[in-house]
Amino acid sequence: MLAPREEEFFRALAALLPKDGLLRDVESLRPYECDGLSALRSLPWCVALPETAAAVEAILRLCHEYGVAVVPRGAGTGLSGGARPSHAALLLGLARLREMAEPDLRSRSIRVGPGVRNLAVSEKVRRHGLYYAPDPSSQIACSIGGNVAENSGGVHCLKYGLTTHNVLAVELCDSSGERLPIGSLAPDTPGFNLLSLVIGSEGLLGVVTSCTLRLLPLPPQTLVLLAAFPSLRQAADSVGAIIAAGILPAGLEMMDQLAIQAAEDFVHVGYPREAAAILLCELDGEEDELQEQLQQVAEILRQQGATELRVARDEATRMALWKGRKAAFPAVGRIGPDYYCMDGSIPRQRLAEVLEQINVLARDYGLRVANVFHAGDGNLHPLILYDANQEGEQERAEALGARILELCVAVGGTVTGEHGVGVEKLDGMCVQFSSAELAQLHRIKAAFDPAGLLNPGKAVPSLHHCAELGAMHVHGGQLPFPELERF
Amino acid sequence: MDRSDEIRAQIVAAYENRSALAIRGGGSKSFYGRPVAASRTLELGGHQGILEYEPKELYICARAGTPLSEIEAVLAQRGQILAFEAPHFSPHATLGGCVASGLSGPRRPYAGAVRDHVLGVRMLNGRGEDLRFGGKVMKNVAGYDVSRLLAGSLGSLGVLLEVTCKVLPRPVATRSLAFDMSAAAALEQLVTWSLRPSPISAAAHDGERLYLRLEGAASRVENFARAVGGDLLADDVGDRFWEDLREQRLPFFAGTAPLWRLALPAGSPPVPESFGTVFYDWGGQQGWLRGPLDAPALRAWAARQGGHATAFRHPPDDAVFQDLPPALLALQQRLKAAFDPAGILNPGRFYPGL
Ligand SMILES: Cc1cc2nc3c(=O)[nH]c(=O)nc-3n(C[C@H](O)[C@H](O)[C@H](O)COP(=O)(O)OP(=O)(O)OC[C@H]3O[C@@H](n4cnc5c(N)ncnc54)[C@H](O)[C@@H]3O)c2cc1C
Repeated sequence: MLAPREEEFFRALAALLPKDGLLRDVESLRPYECDGLSALRSLPWCVALPETAAAVEAILRLCHEYGVAVVPRGAGTGLSGGARPSHAALLLGLARLREMAEPDLRSRSIRVGPGVRNLAVSEKVRRHGLYYAPDPSSQIACSIGGNVAENSGGVHCLKYGLTTHNVLAVELCDSSGERLPIGSLAPDTPGFNLLSLVIGSEGLLGVVTSCTLRLLPLPPQTLVLLAAFPSLRQAADSVGAIIAAGILPAGLEMMDQLAIQAAEDFVHVGYPREAAAILLCELDGEEDELQEQLQQVAEILRQQGATELRVARDEATRMALWKGRKAAFPAVGRIGPDYYCMDGSIPRQRLAEVLEQINVLARDYGLRVANVFHAGDGNLHPLILYDANQEGEQERAEALGARILELCVAVGGTVTGEHGVGVEKLDGMCVQFSSAELAQLHRIKAAFDPAGLLNPGKAVPSLHHCAELGAMHVHGGQLPFPELERF
Repeated sequence: MDRSDEIRAQIVAAYENRSALAIRGGGSKSFYGRPVAASRTLELGGHQGILEYEPKELYICARAGTPLSEIEAVLAQRGQILAFEAPHFSPHATLGGCVASGLSGPRRPYAGAVRDHVLGVRMLNGRGEDLRFGGKVMKNVAGYDVSRLLAGSLGSLGVLLEVTCKVLPRPVATRSLAFDMSAAAALEQLVTWSLRPSPISAAAHDGERLYLRLEGAASRVENFARAVGGDLLADDVGDRFWEDLREQRLPFFAGTAPLWRLALPAGSPPVPESFGTVFYDWGGQQGWLRGPLDAPALRAWAARQGGHATAFRHPPDDAVFQDLPPALLALQQRLKAAFDPAGILNPGRFYPGL
């Protein structure tokens, strides 16, 4: 497309970037060949690493003028291939936009560059007794811009909401290089609610060049409960029972036996290896109410058949209990050798049957699946273990993953709770949405990016793709899957 | 009753004839927004019924024409609420109208807005296509977040057929307090409180007194109330105050003088006295004023704070909402066309050309 004008383009681009901000040779491109979905790799055409919003704007104008496609990238921890590069697109790294203003205590907010790491925000405002609530397990590494693009969740979403509930405003640079204020510190910004649309748009509608985040006061006290269960079903049913009792824990996470053992072998925090499943339940609040809630929750867990209950109050013990959970992905990676992380989300009351069904499917496919996930939100993360060096195993893992996602859709859930569609779940989107719905999503994209230059080919499959796949569109289980009759 | 097919047929016909439709649920918020230039009204009344209510799953799904009061009554039986405390403004208020208008009640700064509680929608776009976005689960990032986009879209992107909302347990304990203090002092006090965990779930100032509502665990509510003092309002008095504020039944809201709504960043300075008495809600983030007043000056002042002003009721002219920057207006027009290419759904209710 660009061939005759390529050098002209690169000269103009280089003029917009610091010396080390434009990468073109294979060696320097290598680190950018994939995101957290490392099974899919390809070298980008080039990488641009601007340091300011003004430079992002200028780069987007230039790309627009030359008709160059752009793939935005934050920290590259995304698990669905959203930042997967293309040899036909400029990879726009936002990680250097790392400016952080002082928090504005009057409005309890902070303005940060998109490249700021998630955890850095809470670290920065901690001395004011504040924090930024959404805390993906990748929070040491992932960027706020990436969080906004994915509408990321975390352990504390159940009570404190997702990224979309905790962002007040963003500055969005559209594909023509126009910087737009989206949302505001004041509630109910006039016009359509563009902020909700932009959050979770996976870099397809614009590049986020600044974010204003809502901060919360740190809870006065926190405690973590570990409950061990002899069966998956009992652990799963406890989740619904706690919520049904009107209790909204700060976090409610579940691990199955394979995940427990992997985590324990990795970080040695004393998890009960023989349990079929554990629940980790975090409660926060003031001393009296915490006591009250603790008693209620403990009672429910016992009634549901918990064989062991541990309560961690002091920071060190709490951190130890969480450590196993937070290290669970890498821990499972050690027993792998490869794993494929799924992200379906389902109604909580279907947890037990879906987990059991996943085990049945895993057996059919001859693969092991570890489960460690945000149980309170009904957000599953089955980790499918496979060995890429074994002929056909990766394909089998992918096929099993697709079956698991179909199962999630069939029980009224969704193919992705928090990791995004990226390139990975394009097929699942064909199952979840009708062609009219997909066409509507494409028209939204065109309203923001008429030339289709931003992150092309991601997040929303083309109708052509779905037709080729021949996938059957299922809505909330309305199209019955015969094999689901069993439960 | 399920009227989807019939409603859809009306939209398809309007799309084919390029004839505009004014969309009407219960008519409780028909005062809100600019006049719609449409020869026909699309009535959504009767398209009602709760489709699914799963107290354990914390969601309710109902047809858009279901009366809000019916939904709230059903939730109350199971000790649950719509946490954004939707204003009704009439017994006929519907769930669809509540979501489309995007209006939230006193709990908004503490529990989130309507849009924060919308999980999914079934809608008809301006071509009459029957579409579903979002779902029933708490976390869902498949596709753009169209259901939250529709919250506050005033019917100009699509007609809601069904809405799924997140519901929450009703707070265990509630207490309302009042303090004699100036608005300026109250706004400062609220900033101080906002920096520490507190059970505050509503905060208003009527020009003379600061009103606080505390909600949560009984011990927490009691401890906080004891620490801050103030006059305790009897339960029914307190509850009625917040309901009357939400429903604009307090004397401040009576009469037909223009009612202006300011939306401001938390911690903004008090509104200059030259604009008249302000009734603050939302911990100072929402201010009500009565006209006539110097609207351009009010809008300019609001914009300088990072906020905006709306001619909420009895607008003096048809500039109801604050002007958008040209690039944003253009984007919103393209977005409108993406949903409603013939411009038949509530044209002009928001802005001219939208
Ligand atoms: C071990 C591990 C644990 C994880 N745990 C969680 C978890 O608990 N919860 C969760 O939600 N996710 C989790 N993730 C997934 C991932 O960390 C999140 O999706 C994160 O938000 C991605 O941020 P990033 O900066 O790495 O973005 P990237 O991976 O670089 O990009 C993600 C997407 O955002 C777009 N993008 C990035 N920056 C911008 C920008 N400034 N403007 C526009 N678009 C942009 C990209 O194009 C891409 O589509 C986990 C990942 C790992 C590896």
